[in-house]
Order: sequence, then C-alpha cells, then structure tokens
Amino acid sequence: MNVVRFELNGQQVEVQGGLSILEAARQHGVKIPTLCHHPDQRVKANCRVCVVEVEGQRNLVASCATTVSEGMKIRTNSSRIRETVQTILELIFANHPQECLTCVRNGNCELRRLAADYGIREVKGESSCLNLPLDTSTPSLVRNPNKCIKCGRCAEVCHHVQGTGILYSNYRSVDVMVEPEYGKSLAEVACVLCGQCASVCPVGAIHERDDISKVWKALDDPEKHVVVQVAPSVRVSIAEEFGFPPGTIATGKLVAALRKLGFDRVFDTDFSADVTIMEEGHELLQRLQTGGVLPMITSCSPGWVKYIEHNYPEQLAHLSSAKSPQQMFGALAKTYYAKKAGINPADIYVVSIMPCTAKKFESQRPEMSDSGFQDVDAVLTTRELGRILKQAGVDFSVLEEASFDNPMGISTGAAAIFGATGGVMEAALRTVYEVVTGQELVNVEFSAVRGMEGIKEAEVDLAGSKVKVAVAHGLNNAREIMDLIKEGKANYAFVEVMCCPGGCIGGGGQPYGTTNSVRQERIASIYKVDANLPLRKSHKNPAVAELYDDFLGKPLGELSHHLLHTKYKNRGLHKLKG
Amino acid sequence: MQISVREIINGMEGKQALLQILLAVQDASPENYVSEDAVNDIAYMLNVSRSRVYSTASFYSVISLKPRGRHIVQVCINAPCENAGKQEILAVLEDQLGVKLGETTADRQFTLEGVSCLGACYVSPAIKIDDRLYGDLTPELVVSILREYQEEATALDCNAS
Ligand code: SF4
Ligand code: SF4
Ligand code: SF4
Ligand code: FES
Ligand code: FES
Repeated sequence: MNVVRFELNGQQVEVQGGLSILEAARQHGVKIPTLCHHPDQRVKANCRVCVVEVEGQRNLVASCATTVSEGMKIRTNSSRIRETVQTILELIFANHPQECLTCVRNGNCELRRLAADYGIREVKGESSCLNLPLDTSTPSLVRNPNKCIKCGRCAEVCHHVQGTGILYSNYRSVDVMVEPEYGKSLAEVACVLCGQCASVCPVGAIHERDDISKVWKALDDPEKHVVVQVAPSVRVSIAEEFGFPPGTIATGKLVAALRKLGFDRVFDTDFSADVTIMEEGHELLQRLQTGGVLPMITSCSPGWVKYIEHNYPEQLAHLSSAKSPQQMFGALAKTYYAKKAGINPADIYVVSIMPCTAKKFESQRPEMSDSGFQDVDAVLTTRELGRILKQAGVDFSVLEEASFDNPMGISTGAAAIFGATGGVMEAALRTVYEVVTGQELVNVEFSAVRGMEGIKEAEVDLAGSKVKVAVAHGLNNAREIMDLIKEGKANYAFVEVMCCPGGCIGGGGQPYGTTNSVRQERIASIYKVDANLPLRKSHKNPAVAELYDDFLGKPLGELSHHLLHTKYKNRGLHKLKG
Repeated sequence: MQISVREIINGMEGKQALLQILLAVQDASPENYVSEDAVNDIAYMLNVSRSRVYSTASFYSVISLKPRGRHIVQVCINAPCENAGKQEILAVLEDQLGVKLGETTADRQFTLEGVSCLGACYVSPAIKIDDRLYGDLTPELVVSILREYQEEATALDCNAS
C-alpha cells in the first residue's frame, strides 16, 4: 500500500494513500467535525462544517471531499476555521427549532453536540424556522421537516442502499426539502418503513414512533398480564445504549433489565424463530417435493415483505406463507401460552423488543390477529428500550445476569443467528438437511452464507440432490435477485432476504451509530452466541417439540396454518397512468 | 387525444437525459406543465422512483409542476429591466390579463411569470411570450402584442364551437 506523508497542524505524519483529509486526520487523533458525512456513504459535501486550510489554496476545503496528497500542509484548527464553522452552525441554528429539551435526539444529536463543542451561546441573525406539520401517517416513523438540516444522508441510504427511492432532495437552494415527491406522507408512497433513514439522520428530523407510554400503561395496569419477547439481534446491541462497545453480548443483563421493568414474563423471540424454522423448513420441503413455486423466499423481514408487496406483487407466490417470529410469538402467546398458564388471552398484553421500525407496522397489519386479538400489542425498538430503561432508572452496568422464562424462553443457536444476514438460511439448512437425509449434520456452520457481501450463493447437497440457495440483504441487493426471478433466470430453491444491511443487527431501530463496521462486530457476536449454545438446531429444541406434541400437532398442520401462516397483499402502486 | 408519456419517450432518439424528457413532456402538455401522472409515467418508463423524477423537475425553473396557461408570458425582474421601466410594463400586463405575477388567467390562456434576465438586457425592458422575445417595450406596445394573442385565442375558440 502506498504511503502518503503530509503535514498536519505542523507535524509530519503519514497515512496510507487514498484517504480523505478527514479520515487521515482522524487516524492521527484529530477529529474534524462533520454533519453530512457518513462513513458508509458517498461524499455529499453540502454542509461545509468539515473545512480545513490547505497551504497554497486560497479557500478553505471540505476535508470529507478532499483526498490527502504527498506534501500537503493542512491546518485543522485556526481562528479562520473556527470562525467559519461557527458561522455555518449559527446559520443552521437560525433555521432550526430550539427544542433540544424535548427532542427525541436530546443526548445523541450530532448537531447539538457540535453546538456544545463549538460553544455556541447565542443564535445570531434573524431566526426563521419552518412550522410544517409532522408526518405521523405510519405506525413506524415520524418525520419532522422543521428539524431537517438537509444533509441528504437519509436520501442517500433510501436510494443507494435500499433502492426504495422515497426520500429525495426537492426544489433548490434555500427552498430545498428532503421529502417524498409532492411532500407526500410516508403512508402515501411505497416506503417500506425500514427506518434506515432514521438510523443515519444526524438530528431529530426522522425517528421511530415512540410507543413507550403505551407500554408503561400496560405495565401499570394490574389487570394485564404483560409478557415481553426480545428479538435475536437485540442481545448484541442493547449494551451500546449504555456505553458498552459494539458487539457486547448482554443476553443475561437484558433479561434482568426487562424483569426490573415489571414484565410478568420475559420470553424470547428466539423460541418462535425455532418454530419459524419448523414451519418454513417444512414448507420448503413440501414445495420441493410437490413442485410448488420456487424459489421460496423468506418472509420474516417486514420491510422486505412490504417491499415485494409494492414492487413485485406478481411474485408474491414466492414468499413463504410462514409469519415472522415476532408474529408467531404473539399468536402463540395468546393461545398456547394462555392455555398452558390458565390466563384469559384477553388479559395478555404482548410487547416486542425489536431492532426494527417496520415491526411496528407488521404488528398492526389487520390480518395479524389470528389468536382472536391483536397478536402483538406494542413494539419497542432497541433505542426505545434504552430510553424506557433509563426512565425506570435501571443501571444496566451492575445488573446480575438472569435467564428467560419457560416455556417460550427456550431456544437454540439456530434461532440466535436469525439476527444476522444469512442466519435464517443457515438455520433452515441445519433442520432441512436432517429432516431430508435422516442423518446427523456434523458441521452445522454454513460459512458461505455468512458475512456482509451483498448477495451470497451456496449449493447444498440434500440426500444426493444439489440445491442452490441465495442470500441478499439491503433491498438494492434484493431487487437484483427479484429481477432474476422475474426474468426466469434464477435457479435457486430457497432465497433469504433481509431488508436491512447486515440483517436485523443493522436494523433501523438499533442504537445510533450503526455503521458497517459496527454491524460486523454485532455479527461476530451473534455467531459467538450460537457457538456457545448447547443446542444449535431448531428441531432439537425441546420446548418446540413440546409445543407440537401438546398443541399444534405437526408443522403445516391445521392449527399451524391458522395461527402461524399468513397471506400477503398486492400494494402495487406503480402503473402507467397515461 | 393527448400524446402519452410512453409515446413521447419511445419517440425520442437514443437515451435521453431526464431534463430533456421533462421538457418534451411539458411541451406536449396543453397546460404547459408536468402533471403528477406524467411524473409517475416517466418514472415508470425509466425504471426510477417517482421522487427522483420529481426532484429533478422541481430543481429546474424551466419545468412547471403546476398547470399553466397556453401561453407563458415571462417578465424580466432583474435590475437592468427594472431601471428601464419594468414596473410600468408589469402593471400593464397584470391589468390586461387580470392576474398577478405567478398566476394563470381564468380562461387558462396566459400564465404570467417573473424570471431573472431573459438575456435581452440590450433591448430592456423585455418580455418573452412562449419562445418569442419582445424588447424595447412601451405600455402601448404591450397592449397591442397581447391583443394579437388574445384574438388568436378567440379565433380558435370560435372554430372549435
Ligand atoms: S434535532 Fe438536535 S439540535 Fe435539533 S432540537 Fe433536537 S436535539 Fe436540538
Ligand atoms: S423507511 Fe426506508 S424506505 Fe422509508 S423513507 Fe426511510 S429509508 Fe426510505
Ligand atoms: S431528514 Fe435527517 S438525514 Fe434526512 S436530510 Fe434531513 S437531517 Fe439529513
Ligand atoms: S461533512 Fe464535509 S461537507 Fe459535510
Ligand atoms: S436584465 Fe432583463 S433581460 Fe437581462
């Protein structure tokens, strides 16, 4: 790798070639402020708070957009730079509501942090803030255009990672608005509610709908038996809300914290993920054996399901009819668990802790009430869990580890890896292989479907017949596979799609600062959780076996069909009008 | 029968830039604008999202996203024209057409728009009606120019009825 030597604030330093001034300075302990920059995105260079002086250049240069070169003399800290950045910040503040005290980003807002770092004590000049209504049209997200600083990060992720193309920069210069076309609400367009926009927004301009008060109300109601389920990926991300490094595994503390909040039972979505594998695995076998529609595509990611409903409605038969683990859990909690525990299902309140804003939408789909009630009553994202724990004064760092309750707290490593891209595929293969061949699968790790590569393929030998599978994460990658399927060019039997990059560990409801390198850390931890569990195959889960013996009968049986499978909706919006 | 976006795009040679397509669609529209349905259809034909098309359309001032009259009357509101008596010209236009800057007449014949510099400072004050430039204007001249367009419109209407 070629090395570049340059001068940074009077000191000779060197970095590998090709880095921006911003990155090069960071490597040498100099933190240059940024707003529009995001490490996983293309350079936008529209905010200018990252300016530095380069000797020989008359104007200040944007360090995020300038590559460092041999012999460059760079100053990152001069009165000229400080004054410029201060002026830029003051201009932003003049158009920004001063609502930090009541803002959802109070505590982790990038703009507020810059104001603090730069010691902004007054807003100079005429203040003119927009006073537009908030977009509260969906159960998942709230868009507050008044707080938008037009950095374009959301549009970047929405277009170039998700390929959904919902948010874009409209109009020009001082009139710019980052919003859907015609200023439409998110409910009026084909937004999949993945929340990736919220995850990268530096301020409080787009965020999850806060459902904390709903959960408090249920917890405070003595008539309600409140049970909680936690998604696989939350155990490797929640600790970040309390300052632990990315990838910290906190399963035991998480259970203890939820108990402290007052939940009557602390259960695990991993349990229903194992059930999902039983249902979806058998569905795959049935399709293979009876000439059903192939490839079968996974259906546990609600953002992905909404995407295919909008964009490929004619391909809906490819989706597995199996509900997601969250919804299977809800349906079973209000039937199986209610019966077993002798509780009236009308008194059971199901809360989910999810990495995902689209899960809020999924829980409110009208068909998700096969138990006779709304199967899942409230969904909190990982970020909201962090907030509700802080409200309750739970000190995460000193908690003693605890274990999930029975029976819906028993699970396997196959369920844990649902949280990472490729995990559902791997979990399904572990079970399908043994069901088909009748032999024990010795090496349970399918490394070909692991990791951050956008599209992964593998070939599996199932009792003599080779089966091709594929895994995609991030909807831009999913689109590639869907186009192949549409053109009849995909010879896969089974495809896993996760809406968010990296899978659920990279979901739109995860702690702020979810970059691709943080995703890698969480993925590594989730595979550690799997490797450390005694049971690593869903069909070996004794609590799942008991569920089928005592209640469901068999996978794809009548009761399963009623409670655990669903139908999809054609939301195809895009047709020619003229 | 109005020509469809599909026909417009298929009729254009080679791969066109989005702005070129927007201009062609606007030109073909009797109301001189790019409608919401047209934004939808352009996005469909190009296989891009609607917001992408809207973003470009809303960025360029030559594209209108609101219906306009059959004729676009553009008045320069820049300094040289201002000095040369733009106020007077604008007053006559507003009076004759019965609309304010930015509005369209009730019969949908004229939209009055302010633009910055028509590139005709040497003959200021200047206006442009559709593609034709009129310079060195006086209030009287404006009235007679407008009359030509108004008479043409009436003639068309009579033929139609
Ligand atoms: S977005 Fe940031 S700066 Fe704006 S009100 Fe919220 S906390 Fe304050
Ligand atoms: S939720 Fe996802 S699809 Fe919707 S606007 Fe945000 S990034 Fe785009
Ligand atoms: S909504 Fe947030 S991410 Fe999007 S442009 Fe506005 S401030 Fe930036
Ligand atoms: S961070 Fe460099 S211009 Fe915004
Ligand atoms: S300033 Fe009016 S035409 Fe140039």
